Amino acid sequence: MKFIIAVIKPFKLDEVREALGGIGVAGMTVSEVKGFGRQKGQTEIYRGAEYSTNMLPKVKLEIAASDDLAAQVVETIQTTAGTEAIGDGKIFVLDLASATRIRTGETGETAL
Amino acid sequence: MIRTLLRSAGALAVTGLASTAAFAQEAAEAAAAVPNPGNNAWMMTATVLVLLMILPGLALFYGGLTRSKNMLSTMTQIGATAALAMIVWVMWGFSLAFGSTSYEGTLGLFISGGSYFLSGMDASTTAATFTDEVISEYVFVSFQMTFAAITAALILGATAERMKFSAVMAFVPIWLTIVYFPIAHMVWAGGGLLFEDGALDFAGGTVVHINAGVSGLVLAYLLGKRRGYPAEPMPPHSLTMTMVGTGLLWVGWFGFNAGSALEADGFAGLAMINTFVATAAGALAWMVLERLAGHKGSALGFCSGVIAGLVAVTPAAGNSGPFGAILLGIASSAVCYFAVTKVKAKFGYDDSLDAFGIHGVGGIVGAIGTAIVYQPFLGGPGDGSTGVVEQLGIQTYGVLVTIAWAGLGTLIAAFIVKALIGLRVSEETEVDGLDISEHGERAYN
Repeated sequence: MKFIIAVIKPFKLDEVREALGGIGVAGMTVSEVKGFGRQKGQTEIYRGAEYSTNMLPKVKLEIAASDDLAAQVVETIQTTAGTEAIGDGKIFVLDLASATRIRTGETGETAL
Repeated sequence: MIRTLLRSAGALAVTGLASTAAFAQEAAEAAAAVPNPGNNAWMMTATVLVLLMILPGLALFYGGLTRSKNMLSTMTQIGATAALAMIVWVMWGFSLAFGSTSYEGTLGLFISGGSYFLSGMDASTTAATFTDEVISEYVFVSFQMTFAAITAALILGATAERMKFSAVMAFVPIWLTIVYFPIAHMVWAGGGLLFEDGALDFAGGTVVHINAGVSGLVLAYLLGKRRGYPAEPMPPHSLTMTMVGTGLLWVGWFGFNAGSALEADGFAGLAMINTFVATAAGALAWMVLERLAGHKGSALGFCSGVIAGLVAVTPAAGNSGPFGAILLGIASSAVCYFAVTKVKAKFGYDDSLDAFGIHGVGGIVGAIGTAIVYQPFLGGPGDGSTGVVEQLGIQTYGVLVTIAWAGLGTLIAAFIVKALIGLRVSEETEVDGLDISEHGERAYN
Protein backbone atom coordinates (compact mmCIF):
# COMPACT_ATOMS: atom_id res chain seq x y z
CA MET A 1 0.00 0.00 0.00
CA LYS A 2 1.09 3.56 -0.61
CA PHE A 3 0.25 6.79 1.14
CA ILE A 4 0.10 9.68 -1.27
CA ILE A 5 0.36 13.27 -0.14
CA ALA A 6 -0.32 15.87 -2.78
CA VAL A 7 -0.11 19.65 -2.34
CA ILE A 8 -2.04 21.40 -5.09
CA LYS A 9 -3.58 24.71 -6.03
CA PRO A 10 -6.92 25.16 -4.25
CA PHE A 11 -8.90 25.91 -7.40
CA LYS A 12 -7.94 22.51 -8.82
CA LEU A 13 -9.46 20.55 -5.95
CA ASP A 14 -12.83 19.73 -7.53
CA GLU A 15 -11.27 18.66 -10.80
CA VAL A 16 -8.76 16.39 -9.06
CA ARG A 17 -11.41 14.86 -6.83
CA GLU A 18 -13.58 14.05 -9.78
CA ALA A 19 -10.72 12.49 -11.73
CA LEU A 20 -9.62 10.41 -8.76
CA GLY A 21 -13.17 9.19 -8.23
CA GLY A 22 -13.15 8.14 -11.87
CA ILE A 23 -10.15 5.82 -11.40
CA GLY A 24 -11.59 4.19 -8.27
CA VAL A 25 -10.16 6.14 -5.35
CA ALA A 26 -12.67 5.54 -2.54
CA GLY A 27 -11.68 8.29 -0.12
CA MET A 28 -9.28 11.06 0.69
CA THR A 29 -8.56 13.65 3.35
CA VAL A 30 -8.33 17.30 2.34
CA SER A 31 -6.81 20.13 4.36
CA GLU A 32 -6.28 23.80 3.71
CA VAL A 33 -2.60 24.46 4.26
CA LYS A 34 -0.01 27.18 3.73
CA GLY A 35 3.50 26.81 2.50
CA PHE A 36 6.09 27.85 -0.01
CA GLY A 37 8.26 26.35 -2.68
CA ARG A 38 10.03 27.92 -5.60
CA GLN A 39 7.16 30.33 -5.96
CA LYS A 40 8.30 31.95 -2.67
CA GLY A 41 5.20 33.97 -1.83
CA GLN A 42 3.40 37.12 -2.74
CA THR A 43 3.40 40.77 -1.85
CA GLU A 44 0.62 42.54 -0.01
CA ILE A 45 0.38 46.32 -0.01
CA TYR A 46 -1.41 48.31 2.66
CA ARG A 47 -1.48 52.08 2.13
CA GLY A 48 1.80 51.94 0.28
CA ALA A 49 3.60 49.72 2.82
CA GLU A 50 4.68 46.45 1.25
CA TYR A 51 4.60 43.19 3.15
CA SER A 52 5.90 40.05 1.52
CA THR A 53 3.90 37.04 2.59
CA ASN A 54 6.12 34.01 2.24
CA MET A 55 3.39 31.42 2.73
CA LEU A 56 0.83 30.73 0.04
CA PRO A 57 -2.48 28.97 0.51
CA LYS A 58 -2.64 25.44 -0.90
CA VAL A 59 -4.76 22.34 -0.50
CA LYS A 60 -3.22 19.11 0.80
CA LEU A 61 -4.70 15.75 -0.24
CA GLU A 62 -3.93 12.57 1.66
CA ILE A 63 -4.86 9.36 -0.11
CA ALA A 64 -4.19 5.76 0.83
CA ALA A 65 -4.11 3.49 -2.24
CA SER A 66 -3.33 -0.08 -3.11
CA ASP A 67 0.01 -0.72 -4.80
CA ASP A 68 -1.78 -1.30 -8.11
CA LEU A 69 -3.63 1.98 -8.01
CA ALA A 70 -0.88 4.22 -6.60
CA ALA A 71 0.92 5.00 -9.84
CA GLN A 72 -2.36 5.83 -11.53
CA VAL A 73 -3.32 8.15 -8.70
CA VAL A 74 -0.05 10.03 -8.97
CA GLU A 75 -0.42 10.37 -12.72
CA THR A 76 -4.02 11.50 -12.47
CA ILE A 77 -3.18 14.20 -9.91
CA GLN A 78 -0.20 15.30 -11.94
CA THR A 79 -2.23 15.74 -15.10
CA THR A 80 -5.38 17.26 -13.61
CA ALA A 81 -3.76 19.61 -11.08
CA GLY A 82 -1.18 20.97 -13.50
CA THR A 83 -1.50 24.43 -15.03
CA GLU A 84 2.07 24.63 -16.32
CA ALA A 85 2.54 27.67 -14.14
CA ILE A 86 4.75 28.03 -11.10
CA GLY A 87 3.15 26.91 -7.84
CA ASP A 88 1.25 23.86 -9.12
CA GLY A 89 2.46 21.83 -6.12
CA LYS A 90 4.06 18.47 -5.40
CA ILE A 91 3.14 14.83 -4.89
CA PHE A 92 4.84 12.63 -2.31
CA VAL A 93 4.48 8.84 -2.13
CA LEU A 94 5.22 6.91 1.03
CA ASP A 95 5.05 3.24 1.89
CA LEU A 96 2.06 2.53 4.04
CA ALA A 97 2.59 -0.09 6.75
CA SER A 98 -1.02 -0.77 7.65
CA ALA A 99 -4.58 0.48 7.53
CA THR A 100 -7.52 -0.35 9.78
CA ARG A 101 -11.19 0.51 9.32
CA ILE A 102 -12.38 1.55 12.75
CA ARG A 103 -15.98 0.39 12.33
CA THR A 104 -15.28 -3.19 11.28
CA GLY A 105 -11.71 -3.82 12.32
CA GLU A 106 -10.75 -4.84 8.76
CA THR A 107 -7.07 -4.30 7.99
CA GLY A 108 -4.88 -4.06 4.92
CA GLU A 109 -6.17 -3.20 1.43
CA THR A 110 -9.72 -4.21 2.32
CA ALA A 111 -9.78 -1.32 4.78
CA LEU A 112 -9.07 1.27 2.09
CA MET B 1 -25.03 88.71 1.42
CA ILE B 2 -23.98 85.18 0.77
CA ARG B 3 -20.50 86.11 1.71
CA THR B 4 -21.75 87.29 5.06
CA LEU B 5 -23.84 84.23 5.48
CA LEU B 6 -20.98 81.92 4.74
CA ARG B 7 -18.63 83.65 7.02
CA SER B 8 -21.06 82.94 9.68
CA ALA B 9 -21.22 79.43 8.48
CA GLY B 10 -17.57 79.20 8.85
CA ALA B 11 -18.14 80.47 12.14
CA LEU B 12 -19.93 77.62 12.67
CA ALA B 13 -22.06 78.44 14.69
CA VAL B 14 -22.19 81.63 14.94
CA THR B 15 -22.66 79.94 17.44
CA GLY B 16 -20.56 81.88 18.76
CA LEU B 17 -22.77 82.54 21.40
CA ALA B 18 -20.36 85.22 22.08
CA SER B 19 -21.54 87.45 19.36
CA THR B 20 -24.74 85.72 18.55
CA ALA B 21 -25.86 84.86 21.99
CA ALA B 22 -26.07 88.47 22.84
CA PHE B 23 -27.84 89.08 19.62
CA ALA B 24 -30.12 86.12 20.19
CA GLN B 25 -30.93 87.27 23.67
CA GLU B 26 -31.86 90.72 22.48
CA ALA B 27 -34.04 89.16 19.87
CA ALA B 28 -35.51 86.86 22.45
CA GLU B 29 -36.46 89.75 24.66
CA ALA B 30 -38.10 91.44 21.76
CA ALA B 31 -40.07 88.54 20.41
CA ALA B 32 -39.17 85.43 22.39
CA ALA B 33 -37.83 83.46 19.46
CA VAL B 34 -39.11 79.92 19.35
CA PRO B 35 -37.06 77.20 17.70
CA ASN B 36 -38.47 75.86 14.48
CA PRO B 37 -39.15 72.19 15.26
CA GLY B 38 -37.91 71.18 11.82
CA ASN B 39 -34.52 72.78 12.38
CA ASN B 40 -34.34 71.43 15.88
CA ALA B 41 -35.18 67.94 14.68
CA TRP B 42 -32.51 68.07 12.00
CA MET B 43 -29.87 69.35 14.40
CA MET B 44 -30.67 66.64 16.94
CA THR B 45 -30.37 64.07 14.15
CA ALA B 46 -27.11 65.60 12.96
CA THR B 47 -25.76 65.50 16.49
CA VAL B 48 -26.36 61.79 16.94
CA LEU B 49 -24.98 61.17 13.45
CA VAL B 50 -21.69 62.63 14.65
CA LEU B 51 -21.82 60.30 17.64
CA LEU B 52 -22.27 57.47 15.14
CA MET B 53 -19.02 58.60 13.53
CA ILE B 54 -17.17 58.11 16.81
CA LEU B 55 -18.81 54.96 18.14
CA PRO B 56 -18.89 52.71 16.29
CA GLY B 57 -17.55 54.44 13.14
CA LEU B 58 -14.08 55.64 14.10
CA ALA B 59 -13.65 52.80 16.60
CA LEU B 60 -14.17 50.20 13.87
CA PHE B 61 -12.20 52.15 11.28
CA TYR B 62 -9.14 52.54 13.49
CA GLY B 63 -9.62 49.20 15.29
CA GLY B 64 -9.57 47.23 12.06
CA LEU B 65 -6.30 48.89 11.06
CA THR B 66 -4.46 47.78 14.19
CA ARG B 67 -3.12 44.33 14.98
CA SER B 68 -5.66 42.04 16.64
CA LYS B 69 -3.91 42.29 20.02
CA ASN B 70 -4.63 46.04 20.09
CA MET B 71 -8.15 46.07 18.69
CA LEU B 72 -9.97 46.63 21.98
CA SER B 73 -7.40 49.08 23.25
CA THR B 74 -7.90 51.25 20.18
CA MET B 75 -11.67 51.10 20.43
CA THR B 76 -11.70 51.67 24.18
CA GLN B 77 -9.40 54.66 23.95
CA ILE B 78 -11.73 56.19 21.38
CA GLY B 79 -14.86 55.56 23.42
CA ALA B 80 -13.37 56.74 26.69
CA THR B 81 -11.83 59.82 25.06
CA ALA B 82 -15.18 60.80 23.60
CA ALA B 83 -16.93 60.27 26.92
CA LEU B 84 -14.36 62.35 28.76
CA ALA B 85 -14.55 65.11 26.16
CA MET B 86 -18.32 65.29 26.61
CA ILE B 87 -18.02 65.80 30.35
CA VAL B 88 -15.26 68.39 29.97
CA TRP B 89 -17.32 70.16 27.31
CA VAL B 90 -20.31 70.81 29.56
CA MET B 91 -18.09 71.87 32.47
CA TRP B 92 -15.82 74.42 30.81
CA GLY B 93 -15.32 73.54 27.15
CA PHE B 94 -18.40 75.24 25.78
CA SER B 95 -17.58 78.29 27.88
CA LEU B 96 -14.07 78.68 26.50
CA ALA B 97 -15.20 78.15 22.91
CA PHE B 98 -18.63 79.76 22.71
CA GLY B 99 -19.46 81.00 26.24
CA SER B 100 -21.84 83.88 26.83
CA THR B 101 -19.15 86.29 28.04
CA SER B 102 -16.99 87.96 25.40
CA TYR B 103 -13.64 89.24 26.52
CA GLU B 104 -12.38 92.57 25.28
CA GLY B 105 -9.03 92.83 23.57
CA THR B 106 -6.54 90.11 22.83
CA LEU B 107 -8.00 87.50 25.17
CA GLY B 108 -11.29 87.61 23.30
CA LEU B 109 -9.52 86.53 20.11
CA PHE B 110 -8.68 83.18 21.70
CA ILE B 111 -11.35 82.29 24.23
CA SER B 112 -14.67 83.34 25.67
CA GLY B 113 -16.04 82.79 29.17
CA GLY B 114 -19.28 82.48 31.14
CA SER B 115 -21.80 79.65 30.80
CA TYR B 116 -19.60 77.44 32.98
CA PHE B 117 -21.39 74.19 33.81
CA LEU B 118 -24.03 75.36 31.32
CA SER B 119 -25.17 78.07 33.72
CA GLY B 120 -27.95 80.25 32.43
CA MET B 121 -29.34 77.59 30.11
CA ASP B 122 -32.64 75.83 30.23
CA ALA B 123 -35.03 74.19 27.80
CA SER B 124 -36.33 77.54 26.59
CA THR B 125 -33.01 79.23 25.77
CA THR B 126 -31.89 79.37 22.17
CA ALA B 127 -28.83 79.76 20.00
CA ALA B 128 -28.75 81.77 16.81
CA THR B 129 -28.31 80.26 13.36
CA PHE B 130 -27.33 82.03 10.17
CA THR B 131 -30.75 83.49 9.52
CA ASP B 132 -33.37 84.84 11.88
CA GLU B 133 -34.15 81.31 13.00
CA VAL B 134 -32.97 79.91 16.31
CA ILE B 135 -32.37 76.40 17.63
CA SER B 136 -32.57 75.16 21.18
CA GLU B 137 -29.41 76.01 23.04
CA TYR B 138 -29.04 72.52 24.47
CA VAL B 139 -29.12 71.16 20.94
CA PHE B 140 -26.40 73.55 19.87
CA VAL B 141 -24.28 72.68 22.89
CA SER B 142 -24.70 68.96 22.18
CA PHE B 143 -23.89 69.37 18.49
CA GLN B 144 -20.66 71.20 19.25
CA MET B 145 -19.87 68.71 22.00
CA THR B 146 -19.64 65.88 19.48
CA PHE B 147 -17.06 67.87 17.48
CA ALA B 148 -14.79 68.20 20.51
CA ALA B 149 -15.24 64.49 21.21
CA ILE B 150 -14.36 63.26 17.73
CA THR B 151 -11.41 65.60 17.34
CA ALA B 152 -9.78 64.28 20.49
CA ALA B 153 -10.50 60.70 19.38
CA LEU B 154 -9.02 61.26 15.90
CA ILE B 155 -5.60 61.96 17.40
CA LEU B 156 -5.45 58.41 18.73
CA GLY B 157 -4.85 57.08 15.23
CA ALA B 158 -1.32 58.42 15.43
CA THR B 159 -0.61 56.95 18.85
CA ALA B 160 -2.30 53.56 18.49
CA GLU B 161 -0.70 50.40 19.84
CA ARG B 162 1.74 52.06 22.25
CA MET B 163 0.24 54.88 24.35
CA LYS B 164 -0.79 54.19 27.94
CA PHE B 165 -4.52 54.34 28.56
CA SER B 166 -3.92 56.48 31.65
CA ALA B 167 -1.79 58.83 29.59
CA VAL B 168 -4.57 59.19 27.03
CA MET B 169 -7.06 59.98 29.79
CA ALA B 170 -4.76 62.62 31.26
CA PHE B 171 -3.78 64.11 27.92
CA VAL B 172 -7.29 64.59 26.57
CA PRO B 173 -8.65 67.16 29.07
CA ILE B 174 -5.44 69.18 29.01
CA TRP B 175 -5.28 69.12 25.23
CA LEU B 176 -8.93 70.05 24.86
CA THR B 177 -8.48 72.98 27.21
CA ILE B 178 -5.35 74.50 25.74
CA VAL B 179 -5.70 73.42 22.10
CA TYR B 180 -9.20 72.50 20.95
CA PHE B 181 -11.37 75.05 22.76
CA PRO B 182 -9.22 78.04 21.78
CA ILE B 183 -9.00 76.92 18.15
CA ALA B 184 -12.76 76.35 17.99
CA HIS B 185 -13.23 79.86 19.39
CA MET B 186 -10.71 81.38 16.99
CA VAL B 187 -12.32 79.86 13.91
CA TRP B 188 -16.01 79.68 14.71
CA ALA B 189 -16.96 82.22 17.34
CA GLY B 190 -17.70 85.85 16.66
CA GLY B 191 -14.67 87.83 17.83
CA GLY B 192 -12.35 84.86 17.23
CA LEU B 193 -8.99 85.56 15.64
CA LEU B 194 -9.47 83.63 12.40
CA PHE B 195 -13.23 84.21 12.19
CA GLU B 196 -12.72 87.94 12.16
CA ASP B 197 -10.09 87.58 9.44
CA GLY B 198 -12.60 85.82 7.20
CA ALA B 199 -11.23 82.29 7.35
CA LEU B 200 -13.70 79.81 5.87
CA ASP B 201 -14.19 76.56 7.77
CA PHE B 202 -17.70 75.27 7.33
CA ALA B 203 -17.55 72.12 9.42
CA GLY B 204 -14.09 71.80 10.86
CA GLY B 205 -11.28 71.44 8.34
CA THR B 206 -8.94 73.40 10.56
CA VAL B 207 -10.65 72.98 13.92
CA VAL B 208 -11.06 69.24 13.63
CA HIS B 209 -8.79 67.72 11.01
CA ILE B 210 -5.66 69.85 10.81
CA ASN B 211 -5.83 70.21 14.56
CA ALA B 212 -6.12 66.47 15.23
CA GLY B 213 -3.64 65.51 12.51
CA VAL B 214 -0.90 67.86 13.64
CA SER B 215 -1.46 66.99 17.30
CA GLY B 216 -1.22 63.32 16.38
CA LEU B 217 2.01 63.86 14.50
CA VAL B 218 3.59 65.64 17.46
CA LEU B 219 2.53 62.83 19.79
CA ALA B 220 3.81 60.19 17.37
CA TYR B 221 7.22 61.85 17.45
CA LEU B 222 7.18 62.10 21.24
CA LEU B 223 6.10 58.49 21.70
CA GLY B 224 8.56 57.09 19.19
CA LYS B 225 7.98 54.25 16.78
CA ARG B 226 6.18 51.08 17.69
CA ARG B 227 8.53 48.26 18.55
CA GLY B 228 9.48 46.56 15.31
CA TYR B 229 8.28 49.37 13.04
CA PRO B 230 8.93 49.48 10.13
CA ALA B 231 10.91 46.22 9.81
CA GLU B 232 8.22 43.96 11.23
CA PRO B 233 5.02 43.54 9.19
CA MET B 234 2.06 45.22 10.88
CA PRO B 235 -0.76 44.77 8.39
CA PRO B 236 -4.32 45.69 9.42
CA HIS B 237 -5.96 42.78 11.22
CA SER B 238 -9.44 43.29 9.78
CA LEU B 239 -10.07 45.42 6.74
CA THR B 240 -13.66 44.22 6.92
CA MET B 241 -14.12 46.25 10.08
CA THR B 242 -12.25 49.15 8.59
CA MET B 243 -14.68 49.08 5.66
CA VAL B 244 -17.69 49.00 8.01
CA GLY B 245 -16.18 51.86 9.99
CA THR B 246 -15.59 53.81 6.79
CA GLY B 247 -19.24 53.45 5.87
CA LEU B 248 -20.37 54.64 9.27
CA LEU B 249 -18.00 57.59 9.08
CA TRP B 250 -19.37 58.57 5.70
CA VAL B 251 -22.97 58.36 6.95
CA GLY B 252 -22.14 60.24 10.15
CA TRP B 253 -20.27 62.90 8.22
CA PHE B 254 -23.58 64.19 6.87
CA GLY B 255 -24.39 65.20 10.43
CA PHE B 256 -20.99 66.78 10.67
CA ASN B 257 -21.16 68.74 7.42
CA ALA B 258 -24.84 69.27 6.69
CA GLY B 259 -25.47 69.82 10.40
CA SER B 260 -23.02 72.70 10.37
CA ALA B 261 -25.59 74.73 8.43
CA LEU B 262 -27.44 74.77 11.78
CA GLU B 263 -30.73 74.63 9.94
CA ALA B 264 -32.46 72.19 7.63
CA ASP B 265 -32.13 74.59 4.72
CA GLY B 266 -30.56 74.81 1.29
CA PHE B 267 -27.08 75.24 2.69
CA ALA B 268 -27.52 71.96 4.54
CA GLY B 269 -28.54 70.49 1.19
CA LEU B 270 -25.45 71.96 -0.47
CA ALA B 271 -23.24 70.53 2.24
CA MET B 272 -24.99 67.21 1.80
CA ILE B 273 -24.45 66.88 -1.94
CA ASN B 274 -20.86 68.03 -1.58
CA THR B 275 -20.31 65.38 1.08
CA PHE B 276 -21.57 62.76 -1.36
CA VAL B 277 -19.60 63.73 -4.43
CA ALA B 278 -16.28 64.86 -2.94
CA THR B 279 -16.10 61.56 -1.09
CA ALA B 280 -17.00 59.49 -4.11
CA ALA B 281 -14.34 61.30 -6.14
CA GLY B 282 -11.76 60.86 -3.39
CA ALA B 283 -12.43 57.13 -3.10
CA LEU B 284 -12.10 56.50 -6.83
CA ALA B 285 -9.09 58.77 -7.19
CA TRP B 286 -7.14 56.83 -4.55
CA MET B 287 -7.83 53.55 -6.32
CA VAL B 288 -6.81 55.02 -9.67
CA LEU B 289 -3.57 56.22 -8.10
CA GLU B 290 -2.90 52.72 -6.83
CA ARG B 291 -3.33 51.39 -10.35
CA LEU B 292 -1.08 54.09 -11.78
CA ALA B 293 1.55 53.11 -9.21
CA GLY B 294 1.41 49.56 -10.55
CA HIS B 295 -0.64 48.03 -7.72
CA LYS B 296 -4.15 46.67 -7.41
CA GLY B 297 -7.06 48.90 -6.49
CA SER B 298 -7.46 47.95 -2.83
CA ALA B 299 -10.18 48.02 -0.19
CA LEU B 300 -7.96 50.04 2.10
CA GLY B 301 -7.28 52.37 -0.81
CA PHE B 302 -11.00 52.86 -1.23
CA CYS B 303 -11.45 53.53 2.50
CA SER B 304 -8.48 55.89 2.57
CA GLY B 305 -9.84 57.82 -0.38
CA VAL B 306 -13.25 58.09 1.28
CA ILE B 307 -11.69 59.65 4.36
CA ALA B 308 -9.41 61.90 2.31
CA GLY B 309 -12.43 63.17 0.38
CA LEU B 310 -14.53 63.65 3.51
CA VAL B 311 -11.79 65.52 5.30
CA ALA B 312 -11.14 67.83 2.38
CA VAL B 313 -14.78 68.71 1.82
CA THR B 314 -15.35 69.47 5.49
CA PRO B 315 -14.23 73.11 5.39
CA ALA B 316 -15.78 73.50 1.93
CA ALA B 317 -19.07 71.68 2.54
CA GLY B 318 -21.19 74.83 2.38
CA ASN B 319 -18.49 76.87 0.68
CA SER B 320 -18.28 75.05 -2.63
CA GLY B 321 -20.38 73.90 -5.52
CA PRO B 322 -20.64 70.16 -6.22
CA PHE B 323 -18.06 70.21 -8.99
CA GLY B 324 -15.62 72.19 -6.90
CA ALA B 325 -16.13 69.53 -4.24
CA ILE B 326 -15.28 66.78 -6.72
CA LEU B 327 -12.03 68.55 -7.61
CA LEU B 328 -11.25 68.94 -3.94
CA GLY B 329 -11.85 65.24 -3.26
CA ILE B 330 -9.52 64.23 -6.08
CA ALA B 331 -6.81 66.68 -5.02
CA SER B 332 -7.02 65.56 -1.43
CA SER B 333 -6.75 61.88 -2.35
CA ALA B 334 -3.68 62.54 -4.46
CA VAL B 335 -1.86 64.57 -1.84
CA CYS B 336 -2.79 62.20 1.01
CA TYR B 337 -1.70 59.19 -1.08
CA PHE B 338 1.66 60.85 -1.57
CA ALA B 339 1.86 61.71 2.15
CA VAL B 340 1.21 58.20 3.44
CA THR B 341 3.19 56.27 0.85
CA LYS B 342 6.19 58.54 0.36
CA VAL B 343 6.48 61.29 2.96
CA LYS B 344 5.88 59.03 5.96
CA ALA B 345 8.53 56.58 4.82
CA LYS B 346 10.99 59.36 4.08
CA PHE B 347 10.72 61.03 7.48
CA GLY B 348 10.31 57.80 9.38
CA TYR B 349 7.67 58.89 11.90
CA ASP B 350 5.25 56.19 13.03
CA ASP B 351 1.85 57.74 12.45
CA SER B 352 0.32 54.30 13.07
CA LEU B 353 -3.02 54.70 11.31
CA ASP B 354 -2.24 57.85 9.31
CA ALA B 355 -4.08 60.37 11.46
CA PHE B 356 -1.71 63.04 10.19
CA GLY B 357 -1.27 61.56 6.73
CA ILE B 358 -4.97 61.73 5.96
CA HIS B 359 -6.67 64.05 8.48
CA GLY B 360 -3.84 66.54 8.82
CA VAL B 361 -2.76 66.61 5.21
CA GLY B 362 -6.31 66.29 3.82
CA GLY B 363 -7.42 69.08 6.14
CA ILE B 364 -4.69 71.36 4.83
CA VAL B 365 -5.64 70.59 1.21
CA GLY B 366 -9.30 71.22 2.05
CA ALA B 367 -8.72 74.45 3.95
CA ILE B 368 -6.53 75.96 1.26
CA GLY B 369 -8.62 74.52 -1.56
CA THR B 370 -11.74 76.08 -0.07
CA ALA B 371 -10.39 79.47 -1.15
CA ILE B 372 -10.59 78.29 -4.75
CA VAL B 373 -13.79 76.26 -4.82
CA TYR B 374 -15.60 79.04 -2.94
CA GLN B 375 -15.32 81.28 -5.97
CA PRO B 376 -18.28 81.65 -8.32
CA PHE B 377 -16.27 80.67 -11.40
CA LEU B 378 -16.11 77.13 -10.02
CA GLY B 379 -19.76 77.12 -9.05
CA GLY B 380 -19.02 78.08 -5.47
CA PRO B 381 -21.43 80.16 -3.40
CA GLY B 382 -19.01 83.09 -2.97
CA ASP B 383 -19.97 86.40 -4.57
CA GLY B 384 -16.44 87.07 -5.75
CA SER B 385 -15.99 90.01 -3.42
CA THR B 386 -12.90 88.38 -1.96
CA GLY B 387 -10.50 87.37 -4.72
CA VAL B 388 -8.92 83.95 -4.98
CA VAL B 389 -5.49 85.19 -4.05
CA GLU B 390 -6.74 87.16 -1.09
CA GLN B 391 -8.82 84.24 0.17
CA LEU B 392 -5.89 81.88 -0.37
CA GLY B 393 -3.82 84.13 1.85
CA ILE B 394 -6.49 84.12 4.56
CA GLN B 395 -6.91 80.35 4.39
CA THR B 396 -3.17 79.72 4.47
CA TYR B 397 -2.83 82.04 7.43
CA GLY B 398 -5.56 80.09 9.20
CA VAL B 399 -3.80 76.80 8.45
CA LEU B 400 -0.46 78.08 9.75
CA VAL B 401 -1.98 79.46 12.95
CA THR B 402 -3.74 76.15 13.54
CA ILE B 403 -0.59 74.11 12.90
CA ALA B 404 1.44 76.29 15.24
CA TRP B 405 -1.19 76.33 17.98
CA ALA B 406 -1.88 72.60 17.78
CA GLY B 407 1.81 71.72 17.61
CA LEU B 408 2.85 73.87 20.53
CA GLY B 409 -0.18 73.07 22.65
CA THR B 410 0.25 69.33 22.12
CA LEU B 411 3.90 69.60 23.13
CA ILE B 412 2.90 71.32 26.37
CA ALA B 413 0.09 68.88 27.13
CA ALA B 414 2.25 65.86 26.34
CA PHE B 415 5.16 67.03 28.48
CA ILE B 416 2.82 67.56 31.43
CA VAL B 417 1.48 64.02 31.04
CA LYS B 418 4.94 62.58 30.49
CA ALA B 419 6.18 64.18 33.68
CA LEU B 420 3.18 62.95 35.67
CA ILE B 421 2.64 59.39 34.44
CA GLY B 422 4.67 58.77 31.29
CA LEU B 423 3.31 58.42 27.79
CA ARG B 424 4.33 55.01 26.58
CA VAL B 425 3.58 51.51 27.76
CA SER B 426 6.38 49.15 28.81
CA GLU B 427 8.03 46.94 26.25
CA GLU B 428 6.36 43.87 27.73
CA THR B 429 2.92 45.48 27.54
CA GLU B 430 3.51 46.48 23.95
CA VAL B 431 4.60 43.01 22.87
CA ASP B 432 1.71 41.33 24.69
CA GLY B 433 -0.71 43.79 23.16
CA LEU B 434 -2.58 46.58 24.90
CA ASP B 435 -5.87 44.69 25.02
CA ILE B 436 -4.80 42.18 27.60
CA SER B 437 -2.17 44.35 29.32
CA GLU B 438 -4.13 47.58 29.65
CA HIS B 439 -7.72 46.37 29.79
CA GLY B 440 -7.58 42.70 30.81
CA GLU B 441 -9.66 41.61 27.84
CA ARG B 442 -9.14 40.10 24.43
CA ALA B 443 -10.93 41.21 21.30
CA TYR B 444 -11.13 37.65 20.05
CA ASN B 445 -11.26 34.45 22.03
